[in-house]
Amino acid sequence: MTNIEWLDLGLLSDIPFRGARKVKTPQGCVAVFRTADDAVFAVSDSCPHKAGPLSEGIVHGNKVTCPLHNWVFSLETGEAQGADDGQIPTYPTRVEDDRVFLDVTLLRRRDVA
Amino acid sequence: MAPQKLVVIGTGMASGRLLEHLFEIAPGAYEVTLFNAEPRGCYNRIMLSPVLSGEKSFQEIVTHDEAWYEDHGVTCRFGERVTAVDRDRKVVVGEKGEVAYDKLVIATGSAPFIIPVPGKDLKGVVAYRDLEDTNAMIEAAGNPGSRAVVIGGGLLGLEAAAGLRLRGMEVTVLHLMGHLMERQLDASAGHLLKQDLERRGIEVMLQASTQEITGTGKVEAVKLADGTELKADIVVMAVGIRPETTVAKAAGLEVGRGMVVNAQMESVSDPDIYGLGECVEFDGAVFGLVAPLYDQAKVLAKTLAGEADAFTVRQLSTKLKVTGCDLFSAGDFNDGEGRQDIVFRDPARGVYKRLVIENDRLIGAVFYGDTADSNWFFGLIQTGEDISANRDTLIFGPAYQGGASVDPLAAVAALPDEAEICGCNGVCKGQIVTAIENGASDLAAVRAVTKASGSCGTCTGLVEQVLAVTLGDEFSMPAEQPMCGCTDLTHEDVRRLIKGQELKSMPAVWQAGAWKTPDGCHSCRPALNFYLLADWPVEYKDDPQSRFINERKHANIQKDGTFSVMPRMWGGITTPDELRAIADAADKYKVPTVKVTGGQRIDLLGIKGEDLPAIWADLNAAGMVSGHAYSKGLRTVKTCVGTDHCRFGTQDSTGLGIKLEKALWGSWTPHKVKLAVSGCPRNCAEATCKDVGVICVDSGYQIGVGGAAGMDLKETERLADAKTEEEAIELAIAFIQLYRENARYLDRPYKWLGKVGLPWVKARVVDDLAERRRLVDAFLLSQTIYQKDPWAEHVREQAERYAPIADITLEAAE
Ligand code: SRM
Ligand SMILES: Cc1cc2nc3c(=O)[nH]c(=O)nc-3n(C[C@H](O)[C@H](O)[C@H](O)COP(=O)(O)OP(=O)(O)OC[C@H]3O[C@@H](n4cnc5c(N)ncnc54)[C@H](O)[C@@H]3O)c2cc1C
Ligand code: SF4
Ligand code: FES
Repeated sequence: MTNIEWLDLGLLSDIPFRGARKVKTPQGCVAVFRTADDAVFAVSDSCPHKAGPLSEGIVHGNKVTCPLHNWVFSLETGEAQGADDGQIPTYPTRVEDDRVFLDVTLLRRRDVA
Repeated sequence: MAPQKLVVIGTGMASGRLLEHLFEIAPGAYEVTLFNAEPRGCYNRIMLSPVLSGEKSFQEIVTHDEAWYEDHGVTCRFGERVTAVDRDRKVVVGEKGEVAYDKLVIATGSAPFIIPVPGKDLKGVVAYRDLEDTNAMIEAAGNPGSRAVVIGGGLLGLEAAAGLRLRGMEVTVLHLMGHLMERQLDASAGHLLKQDLERRGIEVMLQASTQEITGTGKVEAVKLADGTELKADIVVMAVGIRPETTVAKAAGLEVGRGMVVNAQMESVSDPDIYGLGECVEFDGAVFGLVAPLYDQAKVLAKTLAGEADAFTVRQLSTKLKVTGCDLFSAGDFNDGEGRQDIVFRDPARGVYKRLVIENDRLIGAVFYGDTADSNWFFGLIQTGEDISANRDTLIFGPAYQGGASVDPLAAVAALPDEAEICGCNGVCKGQIVTAIENGASDLAAVRAVTKASGSCGTCTGLVEQVLAVTLGDEFSMPAEQPMCGCTDLTHEDVRRLIKGQELKSMPAVWQAGAWKTPDGCHSCRPALNFYLLADWPVEYKDDPQSRFINERKHANIQKDGTFSVMPRMWGGITTPDELRAIADAADKYKVPTVKVTGGQRIDLLGIKGEDLPAIWADLNAAGMVSGHAYSKGLRTVKTCVGTDHCRFGTQDSTGLGIKLEKALWGSWTPHKVKLAVSGCPRNCAEATCKDVGVICVDSGYQIGVGGAAGMDLKETERLADAKTEEEAIELAIAFIQLYRENARYLDRPYKWLGKVGLPWVKARVVDDLAERRRLVDAFLLSQTIYQKDPWAEHVREQAERYAPIADITLEAAE
């Protein structure tokens, strides 16, 4: 059995509404989003197109639009929407008592390809 | 068999129901002792709200009276709290003594969550959980002119607020989130709810963070994080509940968020102890509504009677018990992959309905304003039946299912001549038909003749349908592009709507404009944000999350995710001190590129996002502010040296440029706006290709507008000649304000001018002096709010947002 390691990121209100904050990890930055419905999602911060920082994009529904060239990604599956082709990794999150937790089990490791 | 001893801790809605079932299916099997910390038996807690509002008396909501307990031989120990359970000796310890048990039920419900702010213990601060709280509120409302602050805009908080308001109090609701009841409602429904409450005289403050409750001896005021202070005679804290697990914990039972039980409601730590109600945790879930608790009560009665049954978590629905606020929500309504939203809005009736569909099944629903069919929809969610056959008409409810499809044109054709089409201007169908028969053959013509659809624009579709019905094949629907996929309205329609209906928030526009998405997209949100702040600078609050990154972070994003920083250099003039500060910042933050721009200032390129607040603070310290090089707003005012040094200069072009920049900086516009002032017609500042360009001549100032030197190349057209600097500045401001009020988002002035024509603009800006004054005043009012240095503001208030929320690179293990 593998252990899950939840990292306490702080209060939900530390993440702006329809916005995101970054978590720096050995695997690169992860963007932790909060939607209008207060759902929280964590995905890679790097756009598969030209590495645009997704945490800086506009959040609408459960989607984010990359700030560089407007690719749109589902925050739930990581898949690019519409005509664009691409996928970003997603990571489990949890919200409990208004605190946000990120599963960093895989993110801690430097060796994962 | 002799009866076993059953002790129940907590006399609440769940345990009341348990005993009813138990006495029915296993009469005489147990001798029951019932503890309650409250000095009374069981009542219908959820009906405290009608008691608070005065619609019911407490007697009416009592569910079990003394006679009932006596008939069933229940030993009542009301008003006595249980302090411990000794599992080895199998006794329960109450405040007045012990009782032995064979089986024990813990049904202690929930405890209200109290936010840990100073002053939370003051007299007059209450939760909303029991009769004592309710009575305290009723008493406070008894004093004429008294004021209540309710912290928490969820179900409980709003019921408390509505009840207190009905009793005549001044009520303010503080809610931390961006919309009310965010757990049950989406932003659109939350907006309608807020409107309804405000109509009842309840003030609602969103994103309001309570910092402190103040008062000597008793509560007097509530202070918010932003400094606002609200007077209060009573403060109701309704921010949430936590399972009440004190007894379970003291007994050494396994407790997570709640006391952990299995599907038979048995504690996972002790087979003789059961948990029931809001104090339990089952399969990771805790509970806050009675429906699942009643299921639990049924299961536990069977378990105690020795029958097999298992508790399962089922779908829940929520309604708010505030008379006149009809809302309903059920299931999962977050949007997501593979999920489809069907949204229906009826702006006129204030109705909003949203269905969430996944794999041809209805999985969630939110309704506001019309909940008549909610039970039918809730049934569909629970059964999970395939709805693909009637997906198109599903949202219209059961009445439309299986019937003939509705043809909107046939419906319009059937309307009588007196039917009102345009509410704003009182235009009925007959008038429109007459106009069409007299030659008005398109929307613009009908609008010009009858005024129909000329105000708020919501009836535009109807007018078009009347055109289609009347003209038949001669009519072709105009190919005007809607704003984006979220709505059928054009930018122009939306601007009219915002002004005509005085819409002052984004959810209000989504509702009135019949948006098809829950909260817009990256294309419409920045436009709406601009329209709202331009039309309602005082009332509307700018929404950074609806802005493109550059405007949210006040710096220009580069292709590698770094940023560029460009301070203002008024009219292109700088000083050795400013240059030194720029050089120092470039050294300190290891800026890879320092460039002189085409806009007469200096750009620092390649700065890391986290460093932005620090470099801004340094530049601020040297007296520099943001150059807004990233904004749809005023960019630069280029100047030439003019009379100060040049032998040809006719006026102080540098001075006028600086005055213009100081007047205009900080303002938001539909697209960027650039100015230039040249000291003579030699035009060294290239003023004739700017959005507004001034050429100084002996007799004064020639004001040109609508130039372009970007993707299009165009010379300015002469707006007017001004005699004085003041007049030149006024004309420039009035022109820019007219552009702000009317242009569509992302049209530069020359594009907008191409649509409305220079004469239309001149008539307002140059010829109509009263209108010019109004435009200038409107601009200045907006500047009182928006002319501020965003860098300084971010350094002061949100520097931490620029840093990562966590960093695990440093502590990372090998
Ligand atoms: C820095 C600068 C180039 C330079 O090194 O000189 C510049 C840089 C950019 N310009 Fe520009 N423009 C700069 C002067 C100009 C000028 C000349 C001027 O202002 O005198 C023009 C032509 C005049 C005009 O505005 O039309 C100009 C016409 C554009 C356009 C085309 C606008 C149009 O309506 O046709 C764009 C694209 C846009 O805005 O959509 C653009 C967009 C851009 C952007 C913001 C592209 C982007 O969206 O990322 C560039 C940002 C680079 C960066 O990473 O920081 N830039 N750009 C100049 C900054 C001036 C300043 O001090 O603020
Ligand atoms: C104002 C209001 C409105 C509501 N509206 C709705 C609604 O519209 N719909 C809905 O589904 N739900 C509603 N609820 C929630 C609903 O009332 C609860 O879900 C339900 O009452 C929980 O039942 P329970 O038996 O678990 O706990 P409770 O009803 O809270 O009963 C627990 C009892 O245990 C007692 N107790 C606690 N600890 C001890 C101890 N150590 N010793 C002795 N006694 C103890 C408490 O004093 C309390 O009387 C509302 C709640 C409130 C307060
Ligand atoms: S001309 Fe093009 S490449 Fe050069 S700064 Fe302007 S936008 Fe960028
Ligand atoms: S880098 Fe994200 S869309 Fe181009």
